[in-house]
Amino acid sequence: MTLAFDLILCLMIIGTAASALLMRNALAAIVFFIVFGNLLGLAWLAMDAVNVAMAEIAIGAGVTGVLLILARQRLMALGDDLVCDEMPGWLRAGALVACAGFAALVGAAVLSVAPSDDLGGPIAALMPSLGIENPVTGVLLAFRAYDTLLETFVLLGALVAVWSLAPGTAWPHPPATLALTEREGHGVAAAFGRLLLPLALVMAAYLVWTGSDLPGGAFQAGTVLAGGLIIAVIGGAVLWPRGDNRLLRVALVLGPAVFLTIGLAGIALGRFLFYPPGFEKALIVAIEYSLALSIGVTLALQLAGPPVTPDHKG
Amino acid sequence: MTITNYIIPTLLYTGVFFYAAGSLGLLRFRDAETRLHALTKADNVGLGFVALAAALHWGSVTAAVKIAAVWLFALMAAGVTAQLMARRAKTGAEQDTIE
Repeated sequence: MTLAFDLILCLMIIGTAASALLMRNALAAIVFFIVFGNLLGLAWLAMDAVNVAMAEIAIGAGVTGVLLILARQRLMALGDDLVCDEMPGWLRAGALVACAGFAALVGAAVLSVAPSDDLGGPIAALMPSLGIENPVTGVLLAFRAYDTLLETFVLLGALVAVWSLAPGTAWPHPPATLALTEREGHGVAAAFGRLLLPLALVMAAYLVWTGSDLPGGAFQAGTVLAGGLIIAVIGGAVLWPRGDNRLLRVALVLGPAVFLTIGLAGIALGRFLFYPPGFEKALIVAIEYSLALSIGVTLALQLAGPPVTPDHKG
Repeated sequence: MTITNYIIPTLLYTGVFFYAAGSLGLLRFRDAETRLHALTKADNVGLGFVALAAALHWGSVTAAVKIAAVWLFALMAAGVTAQLMARRAKTGAEQDTIE
């Protein structure tokens, strides 16, 4: 990438970040935040970090953007006018000092990593033993599998936390529907949802499969699946399931359960999360497919919010 | 290979021209429908030219098919978004316009 491209990209990233912070209108601020996330993804792409770029655009810009828009909608439905009160001067100055200090700390931490601390070499030497070629997948599912296992449980825990916000009478009814209520847009959204959901399923399966050797993987695939589900729900092609739906519960728990079972089985062969030689790729792909399904369904239901009582609208 | 060395930049500049035209239309046209018309039609032609340039640059059929799929997805998303926004603008239900 040329210097001019990098400079323009940096200016646009800073510009959209500043716009997102300074916008008075909440919707405009969210739109700038989404554009900021996409540009940040481009920056990762320019640094050849394709896996990170995909995760940033899909989760950082996509899912978080939808989450913010839905949060705004729900606050407005509650009668909140979403206007910031004028902040006292000391609070502004304090926030400025705290953020500047944090930025300086992060900068120092990044710069303290010497180029010679490159982990690429040792990992590349270990990759052939796994039978896969994408080093990011190797780190996530083998060398640091413990971290990834915990992350999947955090995601599940977050959904349990969202569900626990529901009033007692709402459980186990489904979350509030996101389907478009206006007659005008309904047909278009419905057709798009019906078209996109199967395509998202194929795309998610492809991303997991290709993630073994090329950029991709369970988290990106799960996000694509969640996106397809959300669009299908908005179009009314799919309804949110009830909280006590058995299939839903299997889908939510499958990924972490398969991961944990394979990890525990490793103890019999030596230690926790040990993959028996010759079966590394098969086990990693099995974990990734079940994880992608669970991540997709979990993310979609987190966006859907807590269950609501049936007579409640919105 | 020398011919593609001229064709790729030409395609890229043509794409950028359509993007610029679409953006100009978004800024200068008077109402939601005409703005959406400029944004979704001109920009997708622009993306088509850029995609064509990218496909030629990589020069493999697999890459070309994937890039074509990306373009088709962008077309679908733009078409659906434009329809939804135009319908919403027509009903005048949106009270929280961007200031």
